[in-house]
Amino acid sequence: MQELIDLALDVARTGGAGYADIRIVERATESLTVKNGNLAEASSNRSAGFGVRVLVDGAWGFAGSSRIERAEVERTAREAVAIARASGLATREPIVLDDSPPAVAEYRTPVREDPFAVPLDEKLRILFEADAVMSKVAGVTLRTSGMEFGRERKTFASTEGARIEQEIVDSGAGIEAMAFNDHEVQRRSYPQSASGQHVTAGFEAVRDLRLVENAQRIAEEAVALLDAPQCPSGKMTLIIDSPQLALQVHESCGHPIELDRVLGMEASFAGTSFLTLDKLDALQYGSEIVNMEADATAPGGLGTFGFDDEGVAAQKVPIVTAGRLVGYLTSRETAPIIGRRSMGSSRASGWNVIPLIRMTNVNLRPGSAGTLEDLIADTADGLFVSTNHSWSIDDRRLNFQFGTEIGWLIKDGRLTEMVKNPTYTGITPQFWGSCDAICGPSEWKLWGVPNCGKGEPMQTHGVGHGAAPARFRGVEVGVGRW
Amino acid sequence: MVDARMDPAEVDALLSRALSLATDAEAEAIFTERSAALTRFANSRIHQNVAERDATLRLRLVRDDRTGVASTNRLDDEGLREAVARASATLALATPNPRGAPLAAPNPSSADPSLGFVTGTANADPDLRAAGARAVIAAGDAAHLESSGAFSTETATLAVANTRGMRNVHSVTQAKLLTVMMGENGASGYAQATAPDIRAIDPSAVGEEAADKATRSADAVELEPGEYPVVLEEYAVATLLEYLSWVGFSALAVEEGRSFMDLGQQIMGPNVSIWDDGQDPRGLPTAIDYEGVPKQRVDLITNGVAHAVVHDTATAARAGVASTGHGLPAPNSVGPMAWNLFMSPGSSAKEVMVSGIDRGVWVTRFHYVNIVHAKRGILTGMTKDGTFLIEDGRITRPIRNLRFSQSIPDAFSAIEAIGSETRLVAAEYSGINVRVPALRLAKFAFTGATGAEAPA
Repeated sequence: MQELIDLALDVARTGGAGYADIRIVERATESLTVKNGNLAEASSNRSAGFGVRVLVDGAWGFAGSSRIERAEVERTAREAVAIARASGLATREPIVLDDSPPAVAEYRTPVREDPFAVPLDEKLRILFEADAVMSKVAGVTLRTSGMEFGRERKTFASTEGARIEQEIVDSGAGIEAMAFNDHEVQRRSYPQSASGQHVTAGFEAVRDLRLVENAQRIAEEAVALLDAPQCPSGKMTLIIDSPQLALQVHESCGHPIELDRVLGMEASFAGTSFLTLDKLDALQYGSEIVNMEADATAPGGLGTFGFDDEGVAAQKVPIVTAGRLVGYLTSRETAPIIGRRSMGSSRASGWNVIPLIRMTNVNLRPGSAGTLEDLIADTADGLFVSTNHSWSIDDRRLNFQFGTEIGWLIKDGRLTEMVKNPTYTGITPQFWGSCDAICGPSEWKLWGVPNCGKGEPMQTHGVGHGAAPARFRGVEVGVGRW
Repeated sequence: MVDARMDPAEVDALLSRALSLATDAEAEAIFTERSAALTRFANSRIHQNVAERDATLRLRLVRDDRTGVASTNRLDDEGLREAVARASATLALATPNPRGAPLAAPNPSSADPSLGFVTGTANADPDLRAAGARAVIAAGDAAHLESSGAFSTETATLAVANTRGMRNVHSVTQAKLLTVMMGENGASGYAQATAPDIRAIDPSAVGEEAADKATRSADAVELEPGEYPVVLEEYAVATLLEYLSWVGFSALAVEEGRSFMDLGQQIMGPNVSIWDDGQDPRGLPTAIDYEGVPKQRVDLITNGVAHAVVHDTATAARAGVASTGHGLPAPNSVGPMAWNLFMSPGSSAKEVMVSGIDRGVWVTRFHYVNIVHAKRGILTGMTKDGTFLIEDGRITRPIRNLRFSQSIPDAFSAIEAIGSETRLVAAEYSGINVRVPALRLAKFAFTGATGAEAPA
C-alpha cells in the first residue's frame, strides 16, 4: 500500500503538481428487502479503487481507477496531471488551499455488533416478522421491510504529509406499508421514509429500532388514510415531527450553507444559495429560538467521521445562533475566501469521485417546549404532520414544498381527525422566523439521510440531521387542487 | 482518454469463468464497464475536472426460486470466487420466492454493434472538453454573463450471460454539454445538448442559446400564482416525462396499483402518443437490458389511451407475455424502467405557439420536481432559467420562478398545440433520456412563487 501511495504522489509531483493526495477506498455493502412475504432483494457488494487529486499551477485534476496495481496507479496519476493542465486552459485566479495541518491518525466508527458478522438468518427473521405483522392488517396491499449495511475502509495521504486510516460502518433499516384502492394510494413508513433510519453504528442500532413492535401501527394508519379526509387548505399553525423537520433542515439550511454552492460552484446543477456572503453574521435566518450547528463529531450520525476526505479533523461549528446566520460548511479551497480555515466538511461518496462540500450532521438544537405532548397541548388549533412523502425546493433554497405521509388536526390541545396527503409550503427565512416553539432534549433525535445528491457526476452520500418537533405559525398548508 | 474497453474476448471469458464457478445453481453474470470524464465549469472557469474507470461483475445465483446476489470490481479469480461465495451464502438462507425467480431465455441481439457507439466520443480527451467549456464561456463573456456547466463523455459496456444460454453484449457512448448562465438582476438561462457522437454537439450554439435566454430573463417581475395556459419548451416536457416514467410506465407499478396508467382507458388527450424505444438511433440507444434481453419498442400511450407498460423477465412471466427488455439488475423492488422515451411531434412551430394566448406563462425548464401523488400523476416543482409572461399572443417580460403542483395526465388531456420539432434531452438526475416536442397546454396550476430575498 505505501509503495502505491508513494508512487502516485511522486508521479504527481514530478508532473508538476504543487499539491496531490490519494484516497484508496474499499466499500462493502449488504442490502436485504422483504416484500409481501418474499425475499425480494438480497445482495452483497464490494467496490474498491483509488483516486488521485492534483493541483497543477493552481488548477484541479482528478482521476480514479478500480485497478489497484502499480502500472494503473502510475497511469492514473499521470492522467490526473494531464486533466489539471487542461483545467488550466480555462481558469482565473489559482486555487490556494488553507493551512489545515496534515494529520497522521486513525478513526473507527464505534460498533458494538458488527453488522457483517450478524448471521443472515437473524436479519431476515426481523424483516419477516415485521412483514408478518403488517400482513395481518386487512387492507394493506404492499409491504416492504429492508436493511442496509455498509463498511468503508479508506486511506488518505497527501504530499503535505497527511496519512489517515478510517473505517466507517453504517447500518439502516425500515418498514413500509401501502394501501391502495381504485383512486387512492397511501403509504406509512417507520421510523422514517426513504428506507428508514440510518446511522454510523453497528447492528445494535437496528435492534433498537423495534421494527416488529411498530409494524401493526403503521399498517393500520396506511389503511385508515384511504378513508381519511383531505388535508384542509389555508394558513395554519403547523407542528412538524422530528424526522420531517430533519429533512426541512436538510433542504432549507443544510444545502444553502454549503459554501461552494454559495460561491456559484453548483449553479449548473441544483442551483445556488440565498445565503450569500453578505448574509454571514448579518441575516436573521430564523426566530431567536432557532439554533443550528454542523457537528461531525455527533455519535451515530451519517455525517460522523474522524477526518473529512481532505484530511481535516471532524468539528462541531455553529451555523445559526439565536436565529442569526454565523457559519457555512467549508473546504480547504473555499474557507480562505471567508477568512477561515476549513471546518472539515469535504467528503467524497467513493474512490472514483472528488470530495465536495457535503453536510456533516446539520442539527437543529432542542428548545424548551418539553415533550411533543406538551407542545400539542399548548396549541389551540393547528395541524400536526409526520414522515416525509415528497420534497422540492427552488434553486436558491427559498421556496419549498413538502408533503408528508400523515397529519392530524389539532383542536384545543389535542390531536383529533386524521387527514391525508398533507402538504405545506413557504419561504425559508419567513418559515424559520415563524418558529415559536421547539421541543426539548427528550424529543431530539439524530436522523440519517442516506440519499443526499450533489455534484456532477452526481454523488449520493449520507448526512445527518438532529431535530426535535417544532411549531410554526401561519404556514400555508394543503397546497394545490385535490 | 483513449477507448479503454476490455477486449470483447476477455469479457466473454470473464463471463464464462464467473458462470463456471457457480456449480450448484443457475447463474447470471452481468459485466458493466464504464470510463467517464467530466469537465465542470463555474464562474466562467473550469473548477472541477475528473475521470474514472471501473468494471464490475454482478453474479445472481438461482436455485429452487431462491436467489443470492453478489458483486465485485475485483475481477481476478480470487475476486470472482469471493463473490460467488457471498452469493452462495445468501442463496443458502434465502426463502423461495413463490412468484418465481426466472432467468431470461436466450435471445440473441440483432442490433448493429455500432448502435449508439462512436469512437470519437470514447477517445475524447480533456483538452477537447476544455475547448468546449471555453466556447460556452466565450458566449457568456460576450453577453456579460457568468457561465457554469459541465461537458462530459462516457463509454459504457453492458454484457450479460446466464446458464440458460443468454449471452449479449453492447457498448455505447454519450457526450453531454449543459450550461446555466447568470447575470445581473436575476438573469438566468439554460441550454443542453447530448448525443452518442461528441461531434454532434456545438458548444458555441449551446452557449449562445443559454446567453440569449439569460439576457431576456433579467429584471423579472412577479406573477400571481394561479392556473394559466403555458408553453413548455422541450426541456420542461422532458422532465415531466421522466417523472411519469418513474411513477407509472412500469409493469410493476401497475401490478402494485400505484400507477396512473389505467390500461385501455383514455388518460390523456387524443393528440398524445408516448413510446419507449431503446434501439432508436435518434435517442441515446442501448441495445439490451440488464438481463441481456434486446430492447423492444413499447407504445405506452397511443392517441391518449394507456396502451402498454414495460416489462422485465419477472413481470413478463407473471403477465404471461415476453419481456420488453427493460429490466434492471434483478431481483429488485423497483421493477422495469422505460429509459428511452419519445413523444410524437405535432405541426406547430414553437415560436407561434404563443399566438392566441391572452395571458399565459412560457417555461424553459423545471427544477427539483418531485412526486406528490403517484396514482394521480401529481408532481410539484419550480420553473427555472427563463420563465416569461405571455400577453396578447406574445412574450412580453420575464417573471420570477413559479412553483407548480399539477396532475400531469390532467394537463396532458388539454394539449392545444404540439411542436413540429423534437429535441433529445438527457434527464438531470435519473439517466432517462427523452426526445420530445414543445407543448402548449390549456392550463397549468402554479401554486407559489419564489419569494423576494430576505434583507440582511
